[in-house]
Amino acid sequence: MSYLPYALAVWLLVVGLYGVVTSRHLVHLVVCLTVAQSSTYVLLLAVGYRKHATAPIFKGIPLGTKATDPVVQALTLTDVVVSVTVLALLLAVAVQVYVREGTLDPDEIPAVRG
Amino acid sequence: MSARTRLPLFLVSAAGLAALLGFGVAGLPAFGDYHGPYGLVLNHVVLAQRHTTNVVAAVVFDYRGFDTLGEELMLFAAVAATALILREAREEEARQVVDSVQSEPVRAAGLAAVPVVILLGLFVVAFGYLTPGGGFQGGTVVALGLLLVYLAAEHRAYRRLTPTQVVDVFEGGGAAAFVALALGALLGGLAFQQNFLPLGRIGALTSGGSIPLLNWATAIEVTAAFVLLFGEFLEEVMVERRPG
Repeated sequence: MSYLPYALAVWLLVVGLYGVVTSRHLVHLVVCLTVAQSSTYVLLLAVGYRKHATAPIFKGIPLGTKATDPVVQALTLTDVVVSVTVLALLLAVAVQVYVREGTLDPDEIPAVRG
Repeated sequence: MSARTRLPLFLVSAAGLAALLGFGVAGLPAFGDYHGPYGLVLNHVVLAQRHTTNVVAAVVFDYRGFDTLGEELMLFAAVAATALILREAREEEARQVVDSVQSEPVRAAGLAAVPVVILLGLFVVAFGYLTPGGGFQGGTVVALGLLLVYLAAEHRAYRRLTPTQVVDVFEGGGAAAFVALALGALLGGLAFQQNFLPLGRIGALTSGGSIPLLNWATAIEVTAAFVLLFGEFLEEVMVERRPG
C-alpha cells in the first residue's frame, strides 16, 4: 500500500508511452504525451507527502505544524505550466501538419523534406 | 518503421523501463515517510525570513525564483512559437461565423458569470502568497473568465475584448517585468533576484518584499499567454484555410 502512488506514476508513464507509440492520430498522440507527463506530478507530490501533515501554508496555523514538502509542490507547479504551453505548441504543429499534408495519421505523413 | 515491428519493440523496452523504474521506486522512502531536509528547513524559516505564509509561493518567487525565471521565459517562448506557427499560415479570410449559442438565458447566465470568475482569479492572484493560490493559478482563472465571453456570447465580442496588440504587449511585459525585477536587485548592489523590498507585517498583502511584485508579473504574463492561445486556436476554427 505504501508504494501504490509510486506504482501509479510508473503506470501512467508506461501507458502514456504506449499511447504515443501506437497512436494513429497526432492529436491523440499529444494527449498521450500529456498522460505520460502527468506521471511526474504524481511522483513529485507523492515524494513530498508526509503522513498526517497539512499543506505548507502557515496562515491560521501555528509555525511548526507538520506540513508537506513545499519544494516538490513548487516543482509540480512549474511542471504543469510548462506542460500546458508545450501542449499548445504541439497542437499548433499538428494543425500545420494537417494543412500541409491533409492527414493527421503519423504513418501517412511523408518523411521530413529539407 | 512499420506498425507491426514497432509494437513488439515497444513492449520489450517498456518492460525494461518498468522494471528499472520499479527498482528505483523500491529505493524511495515509503509513501508519507519522506524527510527531505530542504522542505523541512523551509517550513520552519520562511515565516521569519520572508514574512510569507504560503511557503510554496516563497519557493517559487524567492528561494527558487531563478527556476521560475527560466520557466517564465519557456512559457513566453512556447506561446510566441505557437502564435508564430498559427498566424503565419492563416489566410486572412474569416468564414461567416454562426454563433452556436442561441438561447438568451444561457447568454445571460454565462455573461453574469464572467465578472465573478475574473474577480475570483484576481483574488487568487492577490492572496497567492498568503493563502493557497498565486500568479500562475490566478492568471489561468482570469483567462478562463475572458474565455467565457466567447462561450456565452460570441467570437467577435471575445476578439474585441482581447485585441491581439494589447495581449501581445502584456505577454511580453509580464516576462520583461519578471526579468527587470531580478536585474533591479543587481543595480542595488544585491545578488541577482535578491528580495530587496521591506518585508512588511506577516499576513498582510504588503508582506514578502518583492514576492508580490513577481507574483503579479507572473499573473499578467500567464493571463495574457492563455488569452493569446485561446484567441489563436479560436481564430483557427473561424478562418477558412486554403489547401496547399
